[in-house]
Order: sequence, then structure tokens, then C-alpha cells
Amino acid sequence: MGLKGRDVISIRDLSRDEIEEVLKGTRRMIPYAEGTKVGDQLAGRLLMLAFLEPSTRTRLSFETAMLRLGGKVASITDPALSSVKKGESLHDTMRMLSAYGDAIVLRHPNEGAGRLAAQASEKPVINAGDGAGQHPTQTLLDLATMQEAFGTLSGLRVVLLGDLRYGRTVHSLAHALALFGAELILASPPSLQLPEEVREDLEHQGATVREVDQLHQAVRDSDVLYVTRIQRERFADEAEYAKVAGSYRVDAALLSGAKQRLIVMHPLPRTTEIAPEVDGSPHAAYFRQAFLGVPTRMALLSLILTGKAA
Amino acid sequence: MRELKITPIKNGTVIDHIGNGLALEVLRIIGINDLDKDSTVSVALHVRSQKLGWKDIVKVENMELSPRKVNAIALLAPTATISIIRDFKVREKRVVDLPERIVGIVRCPNPSCITNQKEPVESEFDVARRRPVVLRCSYCERLVDDFLLHLA
Repeated sequence: MGLKGRDVISIRDLSRDEIEEVLKGTRRMIPYAEGTKVGDQLAGRLLMLAFLEPSTRTRLSFETAMLRLGGKVASITDPALSSVKKGESLHDTMRMLSAYGDAIVLRHPNEGAGRLAAQASEKPVINAGDGAGQHPTQTLLDLATMQEAFGTLSGLRVVLLGDLRYGRTVHSLAHALALFGAELILASPPSLQLPEEVREDLEHQGATVREVDQLHQAVRDSDVLYVTRIQRERFADEAEYAKVAGSYRVDAALLSGAKQRLIVMHPLPRTTEIAPEVDGSPHAAYFRQAFLGVPTRMALLSLILTGKAA
Repeated sequence: MRELKITPIKNGTVIDHIGNGLALEVLRIIGINDLDKDSTVSVALHVRSQKLGWKDIVKVENMELSPRKVNAIALLAPTATISIIRDFKVREKRVVDLPERIVGIVRCPNPSCITNQKEPVESEFDVARRRPVVLRCSYCERLVDDFLLHLA
């Protein structure tokens, strides 16, 4: 089944073949995202952006993707000024937007909002993050980054570092990597470990999952070090937070024992998890990762709106 | 021969082989308040069972369960058997079967889930795993294994 007209709410909505189709499209879109080629694949199409929660990077990259391919965008950017503030339900807002545009991109503070929006809308809905819930285009661009670095996603050994308990975008990434048979290595403070049921779910899919105490050791023979933010609000006191955050810091010393081809990824914005000294190293892939958000969204929008990405 | 200290019913439903201690939850699902006020409801707690060791039994007069309630019982008491009694005879006997999707029976425990906001939507879960039962919220994808604590 093609992606034309489809909702993309969770990475679970996409099969392995469909993910590969998006990644293939992403590669073709890179010159358009860089501006070395000019495209009009989405000329005449109108994308509705409903960002009911602040977001700079995701909104801009969807907007950029649409505009670079000749499409147009119309947006709700400040929910305080919109009918949402007057108490209109998400359901009704989505019904209305779907009557205006060709597809909707939604960012919302509540988990599950994307699914509800897809039910309410007659046009395709792309979830651009619902609360601490799903953010499938983040997962797609993460995969695109690994695919570009290694030429494949099969058999990669990926360390997931940081808050694996609450960071549900990490759960989506882990799910997708499991589809490609990756080996997942978990490194997190004891209070932020991957929930047992999520781990069982991954193993159920056939993924190899193991936990490590020693980050140095895990980094030494891995291909990807995926770093997430450790949020201050998860800790009772400042001292505990500082201790944990300090022990999960990625710096030159940690990377000195790594394989040459190891890449360090981070969904950004970062706080103190990655030392600035890492930015100049060949391992740093997080800025490339942020850039790939644009061609990934170009590919996805093209596939959804026109059925092809070329 | 031992005798069960519950009187037979003429018409109604017997829910047998309920896991030990779950009869009151089953009653909650049946919704005692919805019953005909002249009906008798009998509950046997902690009854010896060859199959389960110990079990609970619920008998309700003049009531047949809706499919939605049967689904809910399947969720809490997957071992239960449901017998429909007409004129003192068992007319129909069914083993409960957990459906693929559970609608409106369990609330999502995630307070930030869109189903817990003021939206016109019912809670909905997919059965992620059957033994033991783990549900996945169809909206926020939260996995729930302690759903007995979150009955709607």
C-alpha cells in the first residue's frame, strides 16, 4: 500500500517497506533541501500547520520543506489567538482545517491528539509531536541520518543514552530500529530506565536489547550513540539531577575509545549532555541530523500528497 | 456431595470460574443499579474449584449480558464462563473471549492522554499482549497492565 493520502501519526503506522520508501525519497530530496536544485513537485498544494504548542525547529522544517517544493502553507501559530482558546475542541478545529487545506501537520500538548485529529480530518494528518507521545517524523529523520552514515540500517549497534523512561520519542526510534534488526544497548540512570513493558515489546519484535552500566564499554564497539535530554523536572532535587546529568555527559574523553565510524546523534536542542568540544569531531552527526529533517519531511509530504518522491 | 449455598435461578445469567477475588469487579461491570429491582443477585466468594483452585461465582436473575459487558468481563476474568439460564435450564454456555479492541471500559491512566481531555471521544485500547493481558491505548500508545485500577 502506498503512502498517498495516508495519516502518519505514529511510527507504528509505517511498515518497514514504507519506512524504506521514505528514506529513499529523502536521499532524492537532499539537493532540493540544499537549494542546489529547484523543485515544484508540490506546486498548487496547501499544507495546514496547526502548532498548538511552541516549536521552532519542527514547524520551520515543515514549512521549508513545503515552500522549497513549490507548495504553500497556512498556519495557526499562536493558539492563544485562535478558536482553540475559545474552547473549541481539537476535533472541530481539525474538521475545519481539513476543509481548507490538502493535509494537516499537528503539534499538540496532549498525547494521542494526533490519532484523534486523524479521525476528525478527512485529509491526511501528520503528527509533529503530541505531548510526550509520538513524533514519527523525528524517528524518520533519525533513521535517515543513520542510513546516510552507514548505507544501511540492518545490524547496526545503537546505544540509547539518557532518559529512556519518559522520552517516548526514544521508544519510537527503538521500535523502528527493531524492525531493521538493530542491536539496542541501553544506558540510563536507574530511575530513568526503559519501562519493562516497552523492552518486552521490543524483544517480542525480535530485537536484541541489553543494558549496560559502563558507558565507556558500550561506546567502544557501537555504531551510533544516540543521546537524549535528561530533564531536570524528573528529579526531586537539584543535587540528584546534577549527579545524574554529570555522569551521562558525552565528551572527547568518552569518545576517545570509540570506533572511527561511530556517530553521535541528538534530537536537539541540547543542554549539557554533549560537550561543545565534540562539535568539531568527525563523530558529531547532530547538526547533519537536524538538516536532514527538511529532506525527510519533503519526501514524506510528497509521498502523502502525490504518491511519489522524486 | 457438597451443596452450593446459592439458590438456582429461573431466568438470568451465571458467571462462573471468575478468578478468586474478582467477583465484586465483575458486579461493577454488570452494573447492579441497572438491574430490575425484583431480581436477586448472588455472589459466592472463595469457592473451591478443580480448575482454578479457588474461584468466585456471580448469578444474576432476569438479565442477559450485552456484548460490551461480556468483553469487559473477558478483560478482568479471562477464565470466566457465562451460562444463560432460561426456565432453570442452561440454554447457552460461552467461554469469554478477549476481543482485539476494548472500547469505553478502561480509562487511560495517562492524565495527559487526549481521551482524558474534554474531547468527544471514548477511550479505546488494543490488546498488545494476551497472557498476561497488556493493553495499548489506541490514542497515546501507553501500555497498561494494571487496567483493573482504571476501570471507567
